[in-house]
Amino acid sequence: MLILTCPYCGVRADETELSPGGEAHLTRHGPGSSDDDFHGYLFTRENPRGVHFERWRHAYGCGKWFHAARDTMTLEVFGTYPAQTTEPPRDICDAITARHPGWNWRDFS
Amino acid sequence: MSHRLPDLGRLIDRSKRIGFRFNGAPLAGHPGDTLASALLANDRMMVGRSFKYHRPRGVVASGAEEPNALVNMGEGPGFEPNQRATTTELFDGLTARSQNHWPSLEFDVGAVNTYLSRFLPAGFYYKMFMYPRAFWKHVYEPFIRQSAGLGQAPKDRDRDTYEHFYAFTDVLVIGGGVAGLQAAHSAAQSGARVLVLEQTAHWGGRAPVDGGSFGGAPAEEAVEQLLEELRQMDNVTLRSRTMGAGVYDHGYVLGYERLTDHLPLAKGPRHRLWRIRAAQIVTATGAIERPLSFAGNDVPGVMLASAMRDYAVNYGVAAGKRIVVATNNDDAYRTAICLKEAGVEVARILDARSRGGGALMEEARALGIRIDCGRAIGKVSGGKRVAKVMICAQDGAGGALEEVACDAVAMSGGWSPVVHLWSHCGGKLLWDDQQALFRPDPDRPPTGADGAGFVRAAGAANGHAGLDAILSDATAAGRAAAKAAGFKPKRTAAPRGESTEEQPLEPVWLMPREAEPHLRAKSWLDFQNDVKVSDVQLAAREGFESVEHTKRYTTLGMATDQGKLSNINGLAILSDALGQPIPATGTTTFRPPYTPISMGAIAGEARGDVFQPLRKTPMHEWHEQQGADWEPVGHWRRPYAFPRAGERVHDAVEREVKNTRQAVGLLDASTLGKILVKGPHAGRFLDMLYTNMMSTLKPGRCRYGLMCSENGFLIDDGVVARIDEDTFLCHTTTGGADRIHAMMEEWLQTEWWDWKVYVANLTEQFAQVAVVGPKARELLNSLGGMDLSAEALPFMAWADGQIGGFDCRVYRISFSGELSFEIAVRAGQGLAFWEALMQAGETFGVMPYGTEALHIMRAEKGFIMIGDETDGTVIPQDLGLDWAISKKKDDYLGKRAQERPHMTDPNRWKLVGLETLDGSVLPDGAYAVAPGRNANGQRNTQGRVTSTYHSPTLGKGIAMGLVLNGPDRMGEVLEFLGTDDKTFKARIVDPVFYDKEGEKQNV
Repeated sequence: MLILTCPYCGVRADETELSPGGEAHLTRHGPGSSDDDFHGYLFTRENPRGVHFERWRHAYGCGKWFHAARDTMTLEVFGTYPAQTTEPPRDICDAITARHPGWNWRDFS
Repeated sequence: MSHRLPDLGRLIDRSKRIGFRFNGAPLAGHPGDTLASALLANDRMMVGRSFKYHRPRGVVASGAEEPNALVNMGEGPGFEPNQRATTTELFDGLTARSQNHWPSLEFDVGAVNTYLSRFLPAGFYYKMFMYPRAFWKHVYEPFIRQSAGLGQAPKDRDRDTYEHFYAFTDVLVIGGGVAGLQAAHSAAQSGARVLVLEQTAHWGGRAPVDGGSFGGAPAEEAVEQLLEELRQMDNVTLRSRTMGAGVYDHGYVLGYERLTDHLPLAKGPRHRLWRIRAAQIVTATGAIERPLSFAGNDVPGVMLASAMRDYAVNYGVAAGKRIVVATNNDDAYRTAICLKEAGVEVARILDARSRGGGALMEEARALGIRIDCGRAIGKVSGGKRVAKVMICAQDGAGGALEEVACDAVAMSGGWSPVVHLWSHCGGKLLWDDQQALFRPDPDRPPTGADGAGFVRAAGAANGHAGLDAILSDATAAGRAAAKAAGFKPKRTAAPRGESTEEQPLEPVWLMPREAEPHLRAKSWLDFQNDVKVSDVQLAAREGFESVEHTKRYTTLGMATDQGKLSNINGLAILSDALGQPIPATGTTTFRPPYTPISMGAIAGEARGDVFQPLRKTPMHEWHEQQGADWEPVGHWRRPYAFPRAGERVHDAVEREVKNTRQAVGLLDASTLGKILVKGPHAGRFLDMLYTNMMSTLKPGRCRYGLMCSENGFLIDDGVVARIDEDTFLCHTTTGGADRIHAMMEEWLQTEWWDWKVYVANLTEQFAQVAVVGPKARELLNSLGGMDLSAEALPFMAWADGQIGGFDCRVYRISFSGELSFEIAVRAGQGLAFWEALMQAGETFGVMPYGTEALHIMRAEKGFIMIGDETDGTVIPQDLGLDWAISKKKDDYLGKRAQERPHMTDPNRWKLVGLETLDGSVLPDGAYAVAPGRNANGQRNTQGRVTSTYHSPTLGKGIAMGLVLNGPDRMGEVLEFLGTDDKTFKARIVDPVFYDKEGEKQNV
């Protein structure tokens, strides 16, 4: 059971307080999008052995959605950050790079 | 024969005797005995039969690794199968029965399987149960069902209670042997909080049995001193009878405490599940001795050498009168020495090493024990107990050199560190060639949130042998754990340990090395699941190269002991068969729990009334007093109907429908979701959530709306009321309230976070009553208050006001087709308002109605119900709801998906009404057949029933269903299949059965 720190209320939350929301930083494709883009948005997800960006909700706490960057193999957590962003913040990317030199955002699959 | 010795027995109290029963026979033991030691003291060598071949089996181990001695424990509500006799502490009045035999342990019909064993090799069920096809139902399945499972399933409700317990610690030490206690001592010096778990009732592990000394005292005394020091430390908690069951992500650990298994009359919970968060963990879980693979190694009386020593030293029990010891290492000599000194005859020590051992061998020889080096057991003879062993050369095929009569055999194939807890959360192992064992790789530990290791192994669990090495390893591990947990460890030296030095072992995976096929077919690896050396070799020949595949094919290590004895021997045999080194084969995955834990402990307090919270409306108690027949809806209970004394539920439903249609009925609608959506962008937000246009709704008006998922499927429906320019109240289904509220939050927080909208779930803040029927307005007017005339409050309008002195909000909406007012009052006023309505309604013939009447009335009107007409694959267009889908909006959730080709396919099944030709009721979920058959030989289908009722209003069966091109086929008759080959003929009709013009609701 993971422990993630909610970036809103600061609570180090046990996984039982959280509900998972799958991959973070998806781009919504609505009417007018191509079949491929829409299919990708609805169904195609990363499933990496390693660095991953996930959505979590502090469901039994402050109720806020946030993002977590973590390593699915080592369980290392590089950081959590508010969901109101379209890409991971710089300090999180730096923390990942420190562990995985040469790593690139959107390059992890 | 096994028997009680005159001396020894450090854990038993010989001054007291306690009685117990095994298979009905009254037997006696001493306080401190385990069930296994007491059975052995009574010469009960045979304690069960094996799973597949029903071979006689005896106690082989002395602890958690025991594969054979599993018994049905207790009776009635205290009954539990598959309890290990070796870890069951004896108490007065204990009753146990052996398992897996019929009619009796001594005479078992299933034992015929052992003679059929050549027809039951590895994977035989994959080979045999395939053909002929007809055999499956009548021969194979009954056979498999008959033989499945070991113990019996309990029949009664468990009388015991269980609890969960949360604990937080800086350093958790798992294992209370010398290494665990020393690691705890070393960590605690830093001031860190230390929790120590020991699975047995006793501290010190093997040291008091194996001897040696440390800290200047004999091991047993030194353990007591160490314990006493730990007990004096405020920051140390010691828990015996508590197993570390599993290590999980980020330092989460499950502990399993057995509180009253040994005290059946004590009050309080039986088991306690510890849910621990530890910053750092030390696994001091010791090691388990490996059996040797020789023919007949499963005959009762063949025992691990260490177990035989445990029974002698701890319980004063000898496994036999004349014993043969087979070994590949020095440690087993301790057993020979111990038994010899206790007066037991040790007929021979067979050391597979050509040059034998070291100091311990000399000690044994000095006691006059004959030692044969380079020798092995070719075969053990005996049925229900050992009779003799055939001796052969280890480097050979099993040619007999000599036969020795004996009644017990001690075997030792070396030791395997208990690496389970290290491995649970990803710790990796390395193969130690010199000691022939897998041990934790300190460079690849399980890692935590910071990316650093959070588990350390210590002592024998870390691959160390000898007290001195173990103590110094444990001291270092404790110190390192405290430091990693953020404490400053003290520099204290590890106590010096002294134990007899041992010569290295020589790996022996098969005895003798070139054993002939008939011997390999009787050399057991997994005692509980009956897997032999020949089975693993067969699997390798058949191409099972992966150890995980071989495990599943042969069932090696898949029994309740999870291969604690068999794993390493099995994968060594597999490696040999594949011609590759052992580390190339690797181990199977270690998964928690370490040994089985009770289902009760997992459930904890969550059973009966507190299994899950029950949601109750403000009128719940009133319904209960009226004898409501309940229906669970989400976590709510809603009245299904209100049957009167002597009335059948079905009749009550008919009466409620008729009364509501003819007079007036009351429905408790409080459970419906009520979500407030507020803000300058509330209209824009609702336009995205609903398929229709909500932003154009005028304040004071209501509109029915549909919500879809981004996949396009219909997920919820309900009436939206616009309160003012910035405020909407969205009604959802009962089950959908929390889900839809969460969905709104998700979109607002993660996609449209710049929109100025707040949402609040007000479901429980209001009680809501639907006053329904032609006399509804009269009833409400009789209470006095606001103007409820059609002019003041037309259909699909809402207004705030007072009725009978209650502040309320009245919605003129109808889910029944009748004149209907849905009235919300503050939750605290709900019951009083309901009672006022019931009282005032008496002259109008008011009756409460339940959810079934609600369902029937909506079906009579052709209104859809989420969960009946929808199932996650249905889009609004399937249900003829195109009128509720805005063509003007650029976007709404689900719009893009509804443009996908299969969503616009004209051949999607669509909603129609269905009427049987004879007026009977169609079975729910029945399929309409189409001509022809599919590839599986099943009838083709062209539709299915989604809702079906007997309509009291129309006096016949009515139904709705989804049918291929249904709306274009009005009047056509379809054939529906029921169960038991019954068929129903039904005509396709308009789904609105009653008041098609909608006159009744709009008055």
